[in-house]
Amino acid sequence: MEYIKLIGVLVIILGFAFKLDTVAVVIISALVTALASGIDFTKFLEILGQGFMDNRMVSLFFLTLPMIGVIERHGLKESAVSLIQKLQNLTPGRIFDIYLLIREAASLFGISLQGQVQFIRPLINPMAQAAASVETKLTNKQVDRIKARSAATENFGNFFSQNLFVASAGVLLMASTMKSLGYKVSPNGIALYSIPVAVLTIVLVFWYNHMFDRQLLKEGKNND
Amino acid sequence: MTSLINNILTFFYMLIGATFLIASIESARDKTNSTRWGTATFWLIFAVIFGVGQWLPNAVVGALLLVIGALSLLKQVKVGHIKSLNKEVSEASAKRLGGWIFLPSIILAVTAILVAQFTPFGGQVGIGVAAIVSLIVAMWLTKAGGKTVYEDSQRMVRSVGSAGILPQLLATLGVVFTASGVGTVTAKAISSVFPVGNHLLGVVLYCVAMAVFTVIMGNAFAAFAVITAGIGIPFVVAQGGAAVVVAALGMTSGYCGTLLTPMAANFNTLPVALMEMKDPLGVIKQQAPIAITMLIIQIILMYVLAF
Repeated sequence: MEYIKLIGVLVIILGFAFKLDTVAVVIISALVTALASGIDFTKFLEILGQGFMDNRMVSLFFLTLPMIGVIERHGLKESAVSLIQKLQNLTPGRIFDIYLLIREAASLFGISLQGQVQFIRPLINPMAQAAASVETKLTNKQVDRIKARSAATENFGNFFSQNLFVASAGVLLMASTMKSLGYKVSPNGIALYSIPVAVLTIVLVFWYNHMFDRQLLKEGKNND
Repeated sequence: MTSLINNILTFFYMLIGATFLIASIESARDKTNSTRWGTATFWLIFAVIFGVGQWLPNAVVGALLLVIGALSLLKQVKVGHIKSLNKEVSEASAKRLGGWIFLPSIILAVTAILVAQFTPFGGQVGIGVAAIVSLIVAMWLTKAGGKTVYEDSQRMVRSVGSAGILPQLLATLGVVFTASGVGTVTAKAISSVFPVGNHLLGVVLYCVAMAVFTVIMGNAFAAFAVITAGIGIPFVVAQGGAAVVVAALGMTSGYCGTLLTPMAANFNTLPVALMEMKDPLGVIKQQAPIAITMLIIQIILMYVLAF
């Protein structure tokens, strides 16, 4: 029964689905997979230890944290906020456009801000709501949609540009995993092949935001 | 050259170990944390593995990781209390520095790429060198001293917490899966349904599987090791697809899944709570059209660029 080896995949799926502690789930999955495949316990410890040592490069990004911490203490967020606050007289869609650009530029330089907490709720969402209510009074549904789109913009920017930065955890994980699987892949190469995705995201989301503005405008006319 | 690079990397790993040691000390001193000893042990173990791991037998490192697993399982690891930043300091400093505060980040990215591209040391050394250079620039710019760096290092490492070590653990899981033959079994199971050798079919299979697995697990990093070993390698890379393209676009296909799933709570449900939205799936609904379109784009890009 060869398929018993897949038990670790099942452990991962169920463990993550039931939101058990992720670190524990991963280690248990490794343990049961090895035991189910007939690897003895000592051998398992060796594979686990060596696998971890061989993949230390994935954690290289920890080295960048002291610098990020220092600039965060000295006004990184405040400077970003004042940059964004300069956006006046824009439609909600335009505000989202510009936030997306700023978010992708930040990713390119390895600045990963907790966007939802630091920028979307306190800044982008109220700015977009204010911009939208210049023309018309917003319905509850529209307010909810603006909130959702603000959060979505942060996620688009975050996910479709984070691989542009060579020292991001994702890029290092890919390079290291591919190495373990026997294929040499450089972090620079991964970042390079992530450029088309980042650019296409901008094009696509700009169009999407344009439609968002048009829909708000149309609904506003119907309200009057 | 290789041994020089390895020595430099070992030095960087020891530096990482030092930041973990700092996190361990400060976790132990955090009396508000009900699990401070467990948390301190957690960081101490990683400090040992990164600091002196290369001189330990692999089985010992493996055993230490099992202790980490046990501590996590028993919920003995918590972030604890982290002193919030002084708003007056950061506002005054933001006023003084303006846009210059972004300089260290730019130096970090640019140095990392330059070292990787134009020196024989390669990308990993580049990241380490860039991190140190950019830290020095940041200290000069903000006039921060050693004490501030210590404080910010422990603050950052502790607040990143166990989530920061997860990518490396997932990569390790990939190694265990490979050693156990999980990839081979998955590949065999799938190839009994789908024929191996058709480039387009392989790409579609891999990208969609990355997205679907991420929807189920809520974490593209976790899906990556499993799906790449099981589908990406046999169905795309072994058929002549370029590994670097497959990796980059495969992971992004996973991110399309992240945008579609309530399992990715930090991204899709946290904002619902933060902004008191009525519709719990509101964020996902706004993301779905882009996520699905992007998945199709990844498939086309991979098919065109990898072969």
